[in-house]
Amino acid sequence: MKVTLIKIFKALDTLDRRIIFVFIALAVIIPLEFPVNFDFSVTAPVRGFYDTIDSLPSGSKVLVSCDYDPGSMPELYPMNLSVLQQLFKKNVKVICMQLWPAGSPIAERALNQVGIEEYHKKYGEDFVNLGFKEGREVVMVSMGNNIPQTFPRDYHGNKVEEIPVMHGVTNFKDLAMIINISGGMPGTKEWVLQVQSRFHIRLASGCTAVSAPEFYPYFQSGQLVGLLGGMKGAAEYEKLVGVQGLGRRGMDAQSVSHLVVFLFIIVGNIAYFALGGKKKRLNV
Amino acid sequence: MISTELIGIWVSAVLTLLIFSFLYKDNPFYKFAEHLFVGISAGYGVALEYHNVFLPNLWRPLNDVSIPLANRLPLLLPFVFGLLLFTRFFEKISWLSRWSLALIIGIFAGIAIIGYGSGDLVLQIHANLLPIWTDKWLTSFNNLLLTVGLITSLIYFFFSKEHKGAFGATARVGIWFLMISFGASFGYTVMSRMSLLIGRVYFLLGEWLGILK
Repeated sequence: MKVTLIKIFKALDTLDRRIIFVFIALAVIIPLEFPVNFDFSVTAPVRGFYDTIDSLPSGSKVLVSCDYDPGSMPELYPMNLSVLQQLFKKNVKVICMQLWPAGSPIAERALNQVGIEEYHKKYGEDFVNLGFKEGREVVMVSMGNNIPQTFPRDYHGNKVEEIPVMHGVTNFKDLAMIINISGGMPGTKEWVLQVQSRFHIRLASGCTAVSAPEFYPYFQSGQLVGLLGGMKGAAEYEKLVGVQGLGRRGMDAQSVSHLVVFLFIIVGNIAYFALGGKKKRLNV
Repeated sequence: MISTELIGIWVSAVLTLLIFSFLYKDNPFYKFAEHLFVGISAGYGVALEYHNVFLPNLWRPLNDVSIPLANRLPLLLPFVFGLLLFTRFFEKISWLSRWSLALIIGIFAGIAIIGYGSGDLVLQIHANLLPIWTDKWLTSFNNLLLTVGLITSLIYFFFSKEHKGAFGATARVGIWFLMISFGASFGYTVMSRMSLLIGRVYFLLGEWLGILK
């Protein structure tokens, strides 16, 4: 029995990493193909995000900064769609912009998909895409003084001052809140440090899971009114908004794949210590 | 009739599989996809910056005769500083590029310091000054945990005194808090990477093969 166990542990110790890849692939494919719909609760940061938008009066204007690129689309695009769905459902006017060069076509696609196709909103009257502007924090600070001067033309080349939805919008004081969908830098941290702390405007963030731990202190301090962390945050938010997007669909695969990683860590550690741990290996 | 959308989906799917082939082992197909990605990204970036930054912010206003000359002349300053950046390609005058870099670093450092000072330092310290005794025991426990974690972690980073005795024990508690935070960060990183894989698999099974229910 003991010899058999040692053999198993030795096999695990020298396990080909490609076998682990196969297990992870199956842990992702099977739940996507055969969804179980694991239940999950909504956390306070996501609730804060939803409630803040829900409290906005109809017709108010919100700035949505889509600061990400295709590299983080699986995490951020679902929440981008859900955010637009809640905003358009509430008849809130959307002013969209990007600080990442590759973010413009993605934001344009999301606005067309939700704004025009789903909610039949009119470009220029109900929403506008100001497009990409180079300058990172400088753009943010400049917008605090004058938004039309910072973005003289929109994504399609129209003069911003002539676009109806931009009438009466000079700087952040004319906006109800800012929503940042953040794939990295510049993103939520810069919006918090350069805009929220200076201009004291309500700021909510949807970010990748890898950067979420860095931003939770901002929610705890009240600098962020809400935070969607990665696909889990997107799934919770989709649950509140009442849509079935990639966030919710991906949660089964997320849970099962995490379980597989968890099991491999446990089994790997058992095998490691059963074979003598670091000391024995060094002696060998 | 083959639509451009369909071609796009097939190109995207094939390139995804070429990249995934690295999971088996490094191979020429992976290398091809990798080089293609790097080349296209660089080309896209240059074209985008040229059309979205250089032309509308500098070149067009500089050549627009409807704008008064007094308003156009200041644009020559960023134009010259921009050109100086390219002196890095010429060894003898490459030092000139430092002027432009100094300007860029100076502006960004100035803006960042103000933001970090007001947004991170002051507000985060303020947010951590929490009451230990409250009406709710759970809130009190959370506040106490945060305070202990904050103090012990700060003590760990205090290197002017040797980590021995009571001071060392407190620093070790700080290490535990730091390890837990690293674990949480690692968990979130795993979730982030899994999300990317899920996104690609969802695309392959759904949009490409159309076998997702």
